[in-house]
Amino acid sequence: MKKTPTTILIALLLTFSFILNAQQEDTAKLKSVYFEVNDYVEDNEGCLKCHGEQKFKLEDAFGRTVTEHMCPDRFVDRDKYYSSVHKSFSCTDCHSYDLFEFPHPLEARIEEKMICMDCHGYDESYAQYHFETIEVEFQESIHNIDEFSCWKCHDPHSYKAFMRNADDIEAAVLYDNEMCLSCHANFSQFMVLTDRGEINLVESHDWLPNQVAHFRSVRCIECHTEINDSILIAHKIMPKTEAVKNCTECHSRDSHLMHTLYKFQVKEDRKAGFANAIILNNSYVIGANQNIVLNWLSLLVFGLTFLVILFHTVMRIIKLKDK
Amino acid sequence: MATSKIYLYPVWIRIWHVINALMFILLLLTGISLHYSGSGFNLIGFEASVGIHNVCALILTFNYGVYVIGNMVTKNGKYYRKWRKNLVPKLWKQFVFYAVGIFRNEPHPFPITKKQKFNPLQKVAYVFAMYFGMPLLIISGIALMVPDLIGYKVFNVSGLIFYDVLHIIVGFVLSVFLLIHLYTCTLGDKPGTLFKSMVNGYHEEHK
Ligand code: HEC
Ligand code: HEC
Ligand code: HEC
Ligand code: HEC
Ligand code: HEC
Ligand code: HEC
Ligand code: HEC
Ligand code: HEM
Ligand code: HEM
Repeated sequence: MKKTPTTILIALLLTFSFILNAQQEDTAKLKSVYFEVNDYVEDNEGCLKCHGEQKFKLEDAFGRTVTEHMCPDRFVDRDKYYSSVHKSFSCTDCHSYDLFEFPHPLEARIEEKMICMDCHGYDESYAQYHFETIEVEFQESIHNIDEFSCWKCHDPHSYKAFMRNADDIEAAVLYDNEMCLSCHANFSQFMVLTDRGEINLVESHDWLPNQVAHFRSVRCIECHTEINDSILIAHKIMPKTEAVKNCTECHSRDSHLMHTLYKFQVKEDRKAGFANAIILNNSYVIGANQNIVLNWLSLLVFGLTFLVILFHTVMRIIKLKDK
Repeated sequence: MATSKIYLYPVWIRIWHVINALMFILLLLTGISLHYSGSGFNLIGFEASVGIHNVCALILTFNYGVYVIGNMVTKNGKYYRKWRKNLVPKLWKQFVFYAVGIFRNEPHPFPITKKQKFNPLQKVAYVFAMYFGMPLLIISGIALMVPDLIGYKVFNVSGLIFYDVLHIIVGFVLSVFLLIHLYTCTLGDKPGTLFKSMVNGYHEEHK
């Protein structure tokens, strides 16, 4: 092959892309990003060698081993952990050191866990999240039952402040709904907390048409919480009798969605003549997204047609009398 | 004065037409309720409107199939053909008649015969309403009914917007058509004559 400038360029580009590819593919178990966000990656492996794997090995003093399955409820996903809000933590920031022992001692397992308020309550640097208001709302909510805590929805090993940072509302809706579905679509989790029988969500929402489309574009909390304009995510989940069932709460010019799902984006109203235009980035909600320009145009055309007809009729009546 | 009677509206087209008209009116009322939901125009509740609109839409769509096939296999279809021939001068003639001639008791420029059921204006209006408007309305309506058929997102915006706006515009244009249609149907011999034709099938005229 001749060494023309083009071939050299191509060769260069090829090598460059190899290098880039190599950098992207971080197949190692402990990815470099983990070390960037967390100083205790190696320590955490003391727990994750069992809890971060599908299966783990037990070894006794004689070196005999047995391989066992890690039950999915006790599984901690490394990728999710190191991208969560508490990605910089070591396991033992929240858990007892005694858990390094195996079998884990009973004391360490029953030990009371810290709650959000212990670290975030009345702290200026987290004022924007309004933890105090949320705490009150949670206490008034239907979930304030024994052994239910903030952690039940906010998975300690994967929670992200998703909605606040979301560009893609659809993904945020999915994320938030999965929080609820981890119990409400998973009876084995649900029944740990209550003696109630299984609730079939599809059946209890069968009054709602296009269920798939609805659950893809609105969150459970849109209908199940009381509106509170001082926090981003309303936390007061009401009994089912008080849930939104009236279609026009959303399907109208004064849509409920503008106070819930789209509350932080409402300023961008009226794009190209659509009411509540911000919703259009994600959905089209009949009734809420009327195009004001078209509305007026249609009235105008109807009016003019009507006038012409009226005029024609009057003329016919006059001429009829003339005959 | 003699009365001439021509049989122009076969039974099937009369049945089609009455179903079509009823469904259309229900769709129009429920469509307006959906669109202006939550305001004074919401004649019927939102939830009921969705139900009625969906059922009527399916009946209308099926009925439309009857119309298209009927006009393919029966002689009624021939009245809709050749609508483009000399279109502009013919339309103008008919228009001048409606605007001026009709008040001077001039004769109809395109009298109704066995060979020519519609005047040029009617013909164009019916062809456009039935072979352009209705298909668009039905396609966009079905897209709204089964959103998974369409790409969920078009240009990073919900594909529903496109179909919804299309649906509203076509629905509106056809409603204007209906208004004019209703009025022009009073322009027969007597205001009620044409409506009677649509009931008994015979076109009547005093010569
Ligand atoms: C040798 C493997 C192994 C290691 C290492 C290990 N665990 Fe475990 N852990 C398990 C298994 C197996 C279970 C579930 C069986 C059981 O409950 O004993 C469990 C259960 C738990 C539980 C659940 C207790 C409960 O009552 O729900 C917690 C919390 C826990 N581990 C935390 C840790 C922490 C933190 C570390 C690191 C400091 C750690 N584990 C290290 C194997 C391990
Ligand atoms: C921010 C505090 C926090 C950190 C950091 C943390 N955990 Fe947890 N962990 C909790 C809480 C709280 C629970 C109890 C959850 C509940 O009540 O549902 C828990 C529960 C568990 C359980 C029981 C099963 C489950 O998921 O509910 C395991 C296993 C576990 N943690 C392992 C770990 C490991 C391994 C690490 C380190 C990689 C770790 N945790 C880091 C707070 C934390
Ligand atoms: C053990 C103390 C502790 C507990 C318990 C705790 N957090 Fe945190 N949290 C922190 C610290 C420290 C940070 C800052 C971490 C960082 O910047 O890397 C943080 C960060 C956050 C952030 C991101 C804040 C920001 O602006 O970056 C959110 C949101 C959050 N926590 C929510 C919660 C919620 C919800 C709970 C309860 C379910 C909770 N935290 C429990 C200590 C805690
Ligand atoms: C029933 C489930 C549930 C419970 C219980 C719950 N939360 Fe939440 N929380 C959510 C959901 C859903 C979000 C939205 C997550 C997102 O950002 O996408 C959220 C978001 C948050 C946020 C972020 C708000 C923001 O402005 O970005 C904070 C802070 C928070 N919760 C604190 C708490 C505290 C404190 C408790 C306990 C007193 C608690 N939550 C209990 C479901 C719950
Ligand atoms: C950790 C499991 C869990 C999670 C996560 C959870 N729930 Fe629940 N939920 C329950 C349990 C358990 C009950 C039953 C409480 C009782 O015994 O009355 C319940 C009850 C309810 C009820 C009341 C039903 C009634 O009969 O009035 C509603 C509504 C509800 N949940 C909505 C939600 C929403 C919305 C979310 C998400 C933001 C959510 N839940 C997340 C466990 C959960
Ligand atoms: C459009 C509003 C709406 C949305 C969205 C919605 N719900 Fe509901 N939900 C209701 C209403 C209204 C009821 C009460 C139904 C009834 O009266 O039978 C209800 C009932 C419930 C119940 C109690 C059912 C029972 O039979 O006891 C639970 C639990 C529940 N919803 C959870 C959820 C979860 C989880 C989601 C998200 C995946 C969700 N809901 C989304 C309106 C909604
Ligand atoms: C919490 C707000 C909310 C409530 C309450 C609600 N909807 Fe919706 N609805 C939406 C949103 C958002 C969409 C857009 C879905 C999408 O983008 O795919 C939608 C879409 C629809 C569609 C699909 C229209 C289309 O374009 O294909 C129908 C039909 C519908 N809703 C009917 C109803 C009925 C009937 C009720 C009452 C029983 C109701 N909705 C209650 C928010 C709501
Ligand atoms: C005949 C005249 C019709 C009129 C005037 C009409 C009008 C309307 C209007 C105004 C809306 C509300 C849209 C909005 O405001 O965003 C609507 C919704 C809708 N239309 Fe129609 N429409 C007609 C026929 C049809 C047909 C033929 C179909 C289907 C084949 C259909 C299917 C739908 C569907 C699926 C919706 C969404 C709401 C729902 O699911 O009921 N429509 N229509
Ligand atoms: C209440 C509503 C309606 C009334 C009273 C009505 C009345 C009539 C009358 C009297 C005729 C016969 C005169 C003529 O051929 O022009 C007719 C024909 C016709 N109408 Fe209507 N109409 C109504 C609604 C509609 C609607 C909604 C459509 C279509 C969307 C429509 C489409 C037609 C067509 C295509 C014909 C010609 C049929 C043929 O002979 O092949 N009509 N209508």
